[in-house]
Amino acid sequence: MALTPEQVEHVAALARLGISEAERQRFAEQLSGILDHFQALQALDTEQIPPTAQVLDLRNVMRTDAVCPSLSQGEVLANAPRAQDGFFRVQAVLEE
Amino acid sequence: MPDLTSLTVPEARDLLVRREISAGELVRAVLDRIAGAEPLVQAFLTVTADEAVAGAAAADAALAAGGGDPQATPALTGIPVALKDLFCTRGVQTTSGSQILKGFVPPFDATVVARLRAAGAVLVGKTNMDEFAMGSSTENSGYQQTHNPWDLSRVPGGSSGGSAAAVAAGECLLSLGTDTGGSIRQPASLCGVTGLKPTYGRVSRYGMIAFASSLDQAGPFSAGVEGTAMALQAIAGHDPLDATSAPLPVPDYRAALAGGIKGLRVGVPREYFVAGTEPDVDRLVRAAIAQLAALGAEVGEVSLPSTDHGLATYYIIAPAEVSSNLSRYNGIKYGLAAPDEPDMIRAMEVTRERGFGDEAKRRIMLGTYALSSGYYDAYYLKAQKVRTLIRQDFDRAFERFDVLATPTSPTTAFKLGAKTQDPLAMYLSDVCTLPVNMAGLPGISVPCGFDAAGLPVGLQLIGKAFDESTLLRAAYTYEQATDVHTRRPPLPVGARASA
Amino acid sequence: MTGTSTGVRAAAPAAPAGVEYEPVIGLEVHAQLLTESKMFCGCSARYAGAAPNSLVCPVCLGMPGVLPVINERAVEFTVLTALALNCEIPAYSKFDRKNYNYPDLMKGYQISQFDLPLSQNGYLEIPDPAAAGETRRIGITRVHLEEDTANLKHERDVTGEAYSLMDVNRSGVPLMEIVGEPDLRSPEEAGAYLRELRAVLRYIAVSTAHMEEGAFRCDANVSLRPVGATALGAKVEVKNMNSFRAVERALAFEIARQAEVLRAGGRIPQETRGWVEERGVTVSQRSKEEAHDYRYFPEPDLPPLFLTAEWVDGVRALLPELPAPKRRRFAEQYGLSPADAFTLTATRDLATFYEATVKEGAGPRPAANWILRDVLRLVNAAGGELESGRLSPTNLASLIELVESGALTRASGTEVLEESFRTGADPAVLVKEKGLTQVSDAGALDAIVEGVLADPKSQKAVADFRAGKENAIMFLVGAVMKQTRGRANAGVVRDLLKRRLEAETSSDRN
Ligand SMILES: [Mg+2]
Ligand SMILES: [Zn+2]
Repeated sequence: MALTPEQVEHVAALARLGISEAERQRFAEQLSGILDHFQALQALDTEQIPPTAQVLDLRNVMRTDAVCPSLSQGEVLANAPRAQDGFFRVQAVLEE
Repeated sequence: MPDLTSLTVPEARDLLVRREISAGELVRAVLDRIAGAEPLVQAFLTVTADEAVAGAAAADAALAAGGGDPQATPALTGIPVALKDLFCTRGVQTTSGSQILKGFVPPFDATVVARLRAAGAVLVGKTNMDEFAMGSSTENSGYQQTHNPWDLSRVPGGSSGGSAAAVAAGECLLSLGTDTGGSIRQPASLCGVTGLKPTYGRVSRYGMIAFASSLDQAGPFSAGVEGTAMALQAIAGHDPLDATSAPLPVPDYRAALAGGIKGLRVGVPREYFVAGTEPDVDRLVRAAIAQLAALGAEVGEVSLPSTDHGLATYYIIAPAEVSSNLSRYNGIKYGLAAPDEPDMIRAMEVTRERGFGDEAKRRIMLGTYALSSGYYDAYYLKAQKVRTLIRQDFDRAFERFDVLATPTSPTTAFKLGAKTQDPLAMYLSDVCTLPVNMAGLPGISVPCGFDAAGLPVGLQLIGKAFDESTLLRAAYTYEQATDVHTRRPPLPVGARASA
Repeated sequence: MTGTSTGVRAAAPAAPAGVEYEPVIGLEVHAQLLTESKMFCGCSARYAGAAPNSLVCPVCLGMPGVLPVINERAVEFTVLTALALNCEIPAYSKFDRKNYNYPDLMKGYQISQFDLPLSQNGYLEIPDPAAAGETRRIGITRVHLEEDTANLKHERDVTGEAYSLMDVNRSGVPLMEIVGEPDLRSPEEAGAYLRELRAVLRYIAVSTAHMEEGAFRCDANVSLRPVGATALGAKVEVKNMNSFRAVERALAFEIARQAEVLRAGGRIPQETRGWVEERGVTVSQRSKEEAHDYRYFPEPDLPPLFLTAEWVDGVRALLPELPAPKRRRFAEQYGLSPADAFTLTATRDLATFYEATVKEGAGPRPAANWILRDVLRLVNAAGGELESGRLSPTNLASLIELVESGALTRASGTEVLEESFRTGADPAVLVKEKGLTQVSDAGALDAIVEGVLADPKSQKAVADFRAGKENAIMFLVGAVMKQTRGRANAGVVRDLLKRRLEAETSSDRN
């Protein structure tokens, strides 16, 4: 299962992950090796096996619709890399 | 008067309640020990000395008011604890071992942190870890390298390596880690301490920075099973803020330790003594199992045939979940940012490129790929189905046995840097622990001896879902029959403080 | 895993010029739910008018370590909507993560529903805009539950640098997605569908459904196919429409644009286009679809939902009579025209008001007339809400009775209605206070009639009448009404005037 550097780049774009040319090559190699290891799973017959997404048998876990206190605006913005006038300030999305 | 930093949690508890030592003395001794050992071990990312001293003073006031009555104060009053740096702590930086969260100060406490505080514990600091809990050596930390207190040239294991090393080095009496594929049990084994991963759903995950949400579980490290039981008591139980926390009653774990293991059915899964198992590990674990038999357990062999597929299954499911869980770190709300990039999308990419380390990137890529269009069925869905097979193996085994006994890790602590260039070799460190997470079962690692190089070896016991009581009783009964857990690493630090 | 295709689907086949095309339209509506708190945390969901970032907690901010917990009311509202839209409610449902990393999405994924939504396979009956009184049945693919995003305000600083200000208050507000089948065939039908859907959501009180405030948003999928063909052409998704009118205009534009391309022998690629209101055109948003691979997977933080039949029946019991059946019933039961029945059932409050008025004794026809002609005018002038006035059904019924019985003129009735609407006063009391009782007594009116006939200003009309212009009498009736401030019974006045004028005429002859 060989992953090409182009596929690595596509996956990185999906993940919004900037990668260098060197990483592209290295990840293509390393991820291919790991995916090779995964190939063994394909031999297993799991046709009749249901998937496990969660191990617990919980269901219908819900809360009642009641309002709880929120953080203060100051607390909300305390960790913000950039804030302005009570808002988070972010760069524009230029590609649209 | 014993060396205070070598006390177990129940020993310290007795001395504190009887006012033979004060919480202030205990915390001072721990802080002194941290000051002496940290240059060598580097287990802590943050030491909260001021908060610890203030907390100890409050604990002393409560203990004095309690007048020697153990019922008058919560069970961990004045006990110094350390937290893996992925538990959100109000007002204290929380990084999950990643540069991308540098400077992040949560405005809230994780549920387990709130519960430890309510139990009277005194926070002494936040410990180092593999970035976002991804790793088996703590070498993937974005900050520093933690060293194994038994041999400073070796890794402490991971991902909760800081929390394991801190307990081993006497830098705290109790610590919390998290375990997604072995991240409590494997470092406990490599550092010669006791580490428990409770049943998935037993302990709230709220405020615990997610790695793989369907596998993550918090648990304690301490120098002994009784302290482990006391810590579990404090943190276990339903939490309305975590929809996956089980609404089940919490038994009295400390009371459950007594009674011995006569007639306890212990299964030994043959697939867990894998090809790469070191001879000393094999020998010591088998000796420990013989000891269990000598203590009255009925030992038998069992097969968990899907074990072979555990690694591949795990390394699809966990990265898939992490690729989603780490999306929120994009430089907008908190943490690292790339303010000079004019375009927002590019700024996110640059933030993540700079903020994440190699292994985090590798797993994000792997998980993104496994979930992407055209590959979901072949990877993610397939892995979920094999996960069912792994669970079914355990279900069958637990029809015949109460507890399973295996090595925790195929090896003892390895040299720093030995596996950093080979991700798959590193992943194999967790081959005995990760199937347990996949089935959501409780598992514990207890020290069971030392290899020829003097490095600790751990025995893993695996229990039925939500039956931590039996698991702890088996571990405790074994521990009490040996003296392995009483050994402390000979760190070249000045004489330990005594009161 | 279906539904995550990244590729561009095959373009619609080109057709020769002269072929007639039929539009195929499907709408996706997102409606905010009127819960108290947000979808997965306890922050207030009522963010209108709140200071920015004041209704935010670690959960809806997507802080590290936080976990969602499902708001039960949001599930209930979604199921209620689904039942109103004749959907099936599967026993098993779950939430999934829809992964896409965008600044306004706090966790980098939206908690939504992928393959097992709360409901599916329903329909909505809409009035057919092409045939009065007829209806069309539009399929509902599914109604599912998800969470809203934060709000980005686009700004530009003094140096001209573009940036955005983000308010997280909206993040995590419960959002219901209603996916319609591609059953709509014209912009007008699309408009009728949206109006009907909005009426339903308001009837069951699960959403304000205010489109301009963003509580009700619509995206459209449009394609053309030769009339008679069954295969669907390449879908164009149209976004950024902020009113019903915008939806209709955008669809009309898009249909014309596609038809032109096809008639010229061109092909329509599958793409996303944005409606530009100011220019009245749609423009391609090519960048939007490139990265669309949402990598859905089951949300590990939320256990699945198993909705029992009992629970669903409990929700079903909350369903009120919906607009369409109410409309039909009003027409039948009260003998109303389809148009009048439609207007009277436009909101649940208005329909209730009408029925209460009839129940208080007003005739169904007069009650409809008074409401449609006078009450709605007052309501609109007062801000559009029935509650903005203080008129009770009892008072309206008693007013109608006063007019119908002849005790009050229609003109006086309108005056009394205005006051009762404003103050809530009993019309009977108002009539007494203001002395508005209709005067029908010939003895009382005779003197006034005499005075009017003697008035020099009346002489032209008198002369005209005598010259055979019967209509001239209306001027004289008006003069009497003026003197009685509208209280006089116009019929009686007319008779009196006629009698006197004819008597004088005949005596002149003698
Ligand atoms: Mg949606
Ligand atoms: Zn919130």
